[in-house]
Amino acid sequence: AGMAAVLPLLLPPLLLLLAAAGPGRARRDALREELLLSPLPAGDVAATFQFRTRWDADLPRGAVSHYRLFPKALGRLVAALGVRELHLALTQGFWRTRAWGQPPLQAPAGAELWVWFQPTVTDVDKAWKELSNILSGIFCASLNFIDSTNTVTPTASFKPLGLANGTDHHLLRYAVLPREVVCTENLTPWKKLLPCGSKSGLAVLLKAERLFHSSYHSQAVHIRPVCRDASCLAVSWELRQTLTVVFDTFSSGQGKKDWSLFKMFSRTLTDACPLASQSKVYVDISPKNKEKELLEVTPPPASVHEAIVQGDKRTYAVYDLLSPLLFNTSRSLNVQLKWKRPQDSSELPTPILHAQRYVSGYGLQTGEISTLIYNTHPYRAFPVILLETVPWYLRLYVHTLTIITKGKENKPSYIHYQPAQDRRRPHLLEMLIQLPANSVTKITIQFERALLKWTEYTPDPNHGFYVSSSVLSALVPSVIAMKDVDVEQSPLFTSLFPSSDGSSYFVRLYTEPLLVNLPTPDFSMPYNVICLTCTVVAVCYGSFYNLLTRTFHVEEPSRGGLAKRLANIIRKFRGVPPL
Amino acid sequence: VTDVLTAVALYLAIQEFNKVVFKKQKLLIELDKYAPDVAELIQTPMEMHYIPLKVALFYLLNPYTVMSCVAKSTCAINNTVIAFFILATIKGSAFLSGVFLALATYQSLYPLTLFAPALLYLLQRQFIPIKLKSKSFWLYTMQYAALYLCSLVVIICLSFFLLNSWDFIPSVYGFILSVPDLTPNIGLFWYFFAEMFEHFSLFFICVFQINVFFYTIPLAIKLKEHPVFFMFVQIAIISIFKSYPTVGDIALYMAFLPVWSHLYRFLRNIFILSCVLIVCSLLFPVLWHLWIYAGSANSNFYYAITLTFNIGQILLISDYFYAFLRREYYLTHGLHLTRQDGTEAMLVLK
Repeated sequence: AGMAAVLPLLLPPLLLLLAAAGPGRARRDALREELLLSPLPAGDVAATFQFRTRWDADLPRGAVSHYRLFPKALGRLVAALGVRELHLALTQGFWRTRAWGQPPLQAPAGAELWVWFQPTVTDVDKAWKELSNILSGIFCASLNFIDSTNTVTPTASFKPLGLANGTDHHLLRYAVLPREVVCTENLTPWKKLLPCGSKSGLAVLLKAERLFHSSYHSQAVHIRPVCRDASCLAVSWELRQTLTVVFDTFSSGQGKKDWSLFKMFSRTLTDACPLASQSKVYVDISPKNKEKELLEVTPPPASVHEAIVQGDKRTYAVYDLLSPLLFNTSRSLNVQLKWKRPQDSSELPTPILHAQRYVSGYGLQTGEISTLIYNTHPYRAFPVILLETVPWYLRLYVHTLTIITKGKENKPSYIHYQPAQDRRRPHLLEMLIQLPANSVTKITIQFERALLKWTEYTPDPNHGFYVSSSVLSALVPSVIAMKDVDVEQSPLFTSLFPSSDGSSYFVRLYTEPLLVNLPTPDFSMPYNVICLTCTVVAVCYGSFYNLLTRTFHVEEPSRGGLAKRLANIIRKFRGVPPL
Repeated sequence: VTDVLTAVALYLAIQEFNKVVFKKQKLLIELDKYAPDVAELIQTPMEMHYIPLKVALFYLLNPYTVMSCVAKSTCAINNTVIAFFILATIKGSAFLSGVFLALATYQSLYPLTLFAPALLYLLQRQFIPIKLKSKSFWLYTMQYAALYLCSLVVIICLSFFLLNSWDFIPSVYGFILSVPDLTPNIGLFWYFFAEMFEHFSLFFICVFQINVFFYTIPLAIKLKEHPVFFMFVQIAIISIFKSYPTVGDIALYMAFLPVWSHLYRFLRNIFILSCVLIVCSLLFPVLWHLWIYAGSANSNFYYAITLTFNIGQILLISDYFYAFLRREYYLTHGLHLTRQDGTEAMLVLK
């Protein structure tokens, strides 16, 4: 609160200073780019690109007109709609936590958008709708399908990742579109937002035909306010563009787990982005099981960086693209990794927290959603917040919600449940569950499937309907104490999530999305159905009309029609008395 | 428990009704309104003695009642309230009848149409003739209407005070009238609105809701001498055309069928209709299972059975209506009709 009061006082002298400094003034925005290559336990390689633009400007006041490194589309968006934090992720594939370890930054399959608005925004829903439509245009994704039927307001799960004055959760909106497909036309506008585009720096590796030939591809945009310096008197805006891709080198590398930049991306690095103040490539060479080198990295790294990431001590080989020594020997940098001997695959480490979710039941009437959460820490218990968003057409029976740990019932210490309204909003279930050490927690809830109107089905209704991933947020206790990181000095991948204290690190996991079939009406029948039902109603109307408006009369005999005369002739032949 | 209460209420109601019918018959015989050769059509106390018991048993042992009891449906409570309403009406207590009708309307909107038969019966009981110019007619009508509306308003305000908001009105009555939920049931309209073009959905919702309320006035005009039969037909129409019908509603009007068992000789299609109803009831769960669980049938199968079942019900009611009107004709015009030339005559509706 003090910051907001100080800001108007700081601004005029700051502007004067900048104007007086002249052309030799310090730049107010900075770009850092980084690529992290980490071999995953199961033999795949994860490559995480991060492009961080920090801009010392006061975006909400709209006092800026000159955009340099910060993309104008996003800057105008933040200023016009009063956005405080924006996180948009487009993902294809699923991060297999059990096989690949804890993800640095995971996103659910499809499109995920969560936004914190400024407290000055009065109509948050209107701003949310405008925002999703504008983003849909910027990123060529169908984010305009985000509406009230898939937007929720979580109360505990998505706390702000940047600076925040207060956390009134009515300013938060979260939506997932699990059906969204990510392809080249989403990558191109994402690349366009980078200051160097895809022409130099690390972004030259982002070739669509190799990136989408992978097990997992996730591109994200994160905008948040950060402290300008250690004293935190002023606010800067940080834009991080991250792209995580997991290649399966085992199957494509003829059975050998060796990989290189050229094999993965079909390009090599030639230079750093001229606009970047820092451009580095980190390769994770942490020794597993404390053995001597299992792997060899070429070219030999200029320096080695050690960091404690996600509770583990890790060693990274660092290649600084801005240092002149790097391109002395060869014009391009092709980082290669060779395994000296095959890794013992029975020693795959399991991550401390992982989860899976599945749907069970038979038939098209009822079903059950089960979530299994594993805590593999040998002696520490910790709580986890589970957020589930279920569409309205799967009617949850909350009285069947059971949470069982080690055979006993586990009562969550915080439950927030918002029931769905037909065609208006989805179910929201948030729970804070304590996970005992070395345990499996099973959460089950039963649901019933609704019959929708025929226009509400997708064009391929028998494919099924997606239930978006549930979100698990936890502070996982770490074995090694972690120091507070200085954002400017340390690698980008260590400063994604703010750390509150050194004994635990923040992890956000997503479970699998579910595919559920709904009973379908026959889509070829609308006219027939209308006719038949109206016929039945007409039968009733007709009979009642007859009985109500006509009275009984004694019948005057008629000579009989043609049919009767014919019948009489036949009867005469048979010898039977006539009608 | 509610089923037993309903059965008891129906038993007492029909007992009372029998007395009324008998009295009326006697009056009409004394007034010589009946034709001379209709002795076999007149109901005797002997055969009418067991009718209340039959009604109660019909209700309790009806498989539909058993099914709705097993499903723990609130339909049983609806039926109880309507049964008490009928009991109160037949006993002649306008106050209780108004209160129970308000309760029934409060639960689901459709018993509103039962206001007309109840009014007619009470007028008959007070010996007030139904002439539009008669002051006593309007006075009594106003009294009864005021009673009913006041109790309804009291109940709604009670709900308001319990909930502290008016949200329950769109949730309850708006839901019944606008049919947003399309879960398959034994009625006609779930599939209709599932396949409806969006442009026309409001129009057809209005049409179907009007269809339920629409038969009240013509039936009131035709059956003003026989309000209890009117009530029976009205309950049947409600249970066929309401937006979310259940088998419990069918059980309620089927419980009345023994009261009109003397119409048996005039029913035209009773055999085929009872076969249709029994076969359709048996096929409902089979085709539901095939559609939802086995996946080898379509929703069309279940929909077809819905259509057939409802046609069966409609034809059953209209058959009983036909038989009732025909018996009335015979009562006033004699059983053996002769034409002008003395031969046996046929009776037709013209």
